[in-house]
Amino acid sequence: MQLPEAEDLLAALTDRMRQGISTDTAVVGIHTGGVWLAERLHRDLQLALPLGALDVSFYRDDFGQIGLHPQIRPSDIPFKVEGSHIILVDDVLYTGRTIRAAINELFDYGRPASIRLAALIDRGGRELPIAAQYIGATLDVPPAKMLALEKKANGKLGLSLYDKRQGNE
Amino acid sequence: MSNNPQLNKSGQLQHLLTTEGLPASILLNILDTAEPFVGVTERDVKKVPLLRGKSIFNLFFEPSTRTRTTFEIAAKRLSADVINLNIAVSSQSKGETLLDTVNNLSAMHADMFVVRHAQSGAAHLIAQHVRSEIHVINAGDGRHAHPTQALLDMFTIRRCKRDFHNLRVAIVGDILHSRVARSQIHALTTLGVPEVRVIAPKTLLPAKVERLGVHVYHDMAKGLKDVDVLMMLRLQNERMLSARLPSAEEYFKYYGLTPEKLALAKPDAIVLHPGPMNRGVEIDSVVADGKQSVILPQVTFGIAVRMAVMSILAGS
Repeated sequence: MQLPEAEDLLAALTDRMRQGISTDTAVVGIHTGGVWLAERLHRDLQLALPLGALDVSFYRDDFGQIGLHPQIRPSDIPFKVEGSHIILVDDVLYTGRTIRAAINELFDYGRPASIRLAALIDRGGRELPIAAQYIGATLDVPPAKMLALEKKANGKLGLSLYDKRQGNE
Repeated sequence: MSNNPQLNKSGQLQHLLTTEGLPASILLNILDTAEPFVGVTERDVKKVPLLRGKSIFNLFFEPSTRTRTTFEIAAKRLSADVINLNIAVSSQSKGETLLDTVNNLSAMHADMFVVRHAQSGAAHLIAQHVRSEIHVINAGDGRHAHPTQALLDMFTIRRCKRDFHNLRVAIVGDILHSRVARSQIHALTTLGVPEVRVIAPKTLLPAKVERLGVHVYHDMAKGLKDVDVLMMLRLQNERMLSARLPSAEEYFKYYGLTPEKLALAKPDAIVLHPGPMNRGVEIDSVVADGKQSVILPQVTFGIAVRMAVMSILAGS
C-alpha cells in the first residue's frame, strides 16, 4: 500500500488551519504522534499560548479489557482551560475513542469555550459521533492494519503500516 | 520467581504484599506509573475515572491515620468507591475470624482489599484465600513488610537524586521492629543502590541483619559519613515489649538526628521519615522542618504511588 508523505500532509494541514486560528487559540497534542504534530503546528502557526500535551491513558475505555498502558507520560496543560479555544491534535483519527477520552480529560482542567479537532489522517471507521474540523488527508486502511506516525532520526515525520497483531497500541 | 504469590501466571502484579522478591522491572513500573499521577493531584479536578465502579475496602486492624487516609484519597482520586472498616468496633470484636470477615466482604463484591494488621503474614493469608479477581495490598503487617511506604520512599529518592546506582543510603533507628526498614532494604538493593547502611544500637537490630545485604553501624558519626540519603525510622514505643533502651533522652543523644549529625552526611543529603515523627526522640525539629527534609513531599508522593499500585493491580 502506497502511503502519503507525512511532511506533505502536515504542510497541507497547517495551511488549512491558518484561517481558523486567532491569537487566543491553543493547541493540545495527544501523545505521542499528536504531540509531535502539535509542536510543529505551534511553531509554524506562531501561536502565543503555550503548547499542551495529553496522555489519555487514565481516561481510556479499554482499561477493563487490557489494563493500564505501559509508559504513561504526564499530561501537561500550561494554560487556563476555562474559557479557552482549543484545537486537539492527533495523528490518526479512527474509532474516535481516543478523542472522547481526550475531551473528557480536558474538561477536568476546566470548561473550554470550544474544542476543535485536527488530524493528519482520517482513516474512517468511527465508532462514536466525532468529526475533525481539519485533516491532512483521508485514507482507506484495512481494519487489520495499524497506521502510525513515526519520528525519523533527522526529525522528519513519516507514516508506517503494521499488522495489528504485532502493533504496539 | 514463578511461585511468587504476588504475581499472576503472566508475571503481572496480582497483589502487593512485600517488596521482597519483586523484580526491579515491577518496582520501576510502579514508580514510572506514579509520575503522571503527581500531575493529576495538582489539577483543579484531582480525579481520573480509571477505577469507576470498583469497590476498595480499607481493612485496618491496627490504628493508622496517614496510611489509611492516603489510601482512601488515592482510591477516591481514581474514582473508586472506598469503604473504611474500623475493625476495633466491628464484628471481629464479636469473635469473627479474619477469613470470615474477608468472605463476607467478598460477598459484597469487593474488588480490592487494603490490609493493615499487627500479625506478620495477615495480608498474605488473605491474598491466598480470595478469588483470583480480587487484589490485596499490604498496608503493613506486623514486623514484616510495608511495601507502599518503601515504594513512596523510592519515588521520593528518585525524584531528588534521579538515579539509584550511585547512592549511599543510611537507614537509622529501630530496625528490629520496623516493617518499613525491611521493605526499604529489599527495594533499595533490588533497585541497585550499591551501599545500604543500617545504623542502630545493638538492641534495636535483628540478628544477622547483614544477610539482607546491608552494612551495620552502631555509631552515627561513622555511619552518616558521606551519605546521600538518610531514612529515619520512628522509635516504636508501642512495640517495645521489654526495655531495650535506657530512655528516650539517651536515645536522642546518640541516635537522634540533629543538625550537627546531619552535617556529617553529604551537603546535599536528603532526610526521609515515614511518620508519625517523635520530635526530640529520633529527629530534631530543626532537621525535620529544615531544607534537607523531604518528609512532607513523601506524604504527597505517597498518594500518587498508591494510585499507581491500585491501577496496576486493577488492570492486571
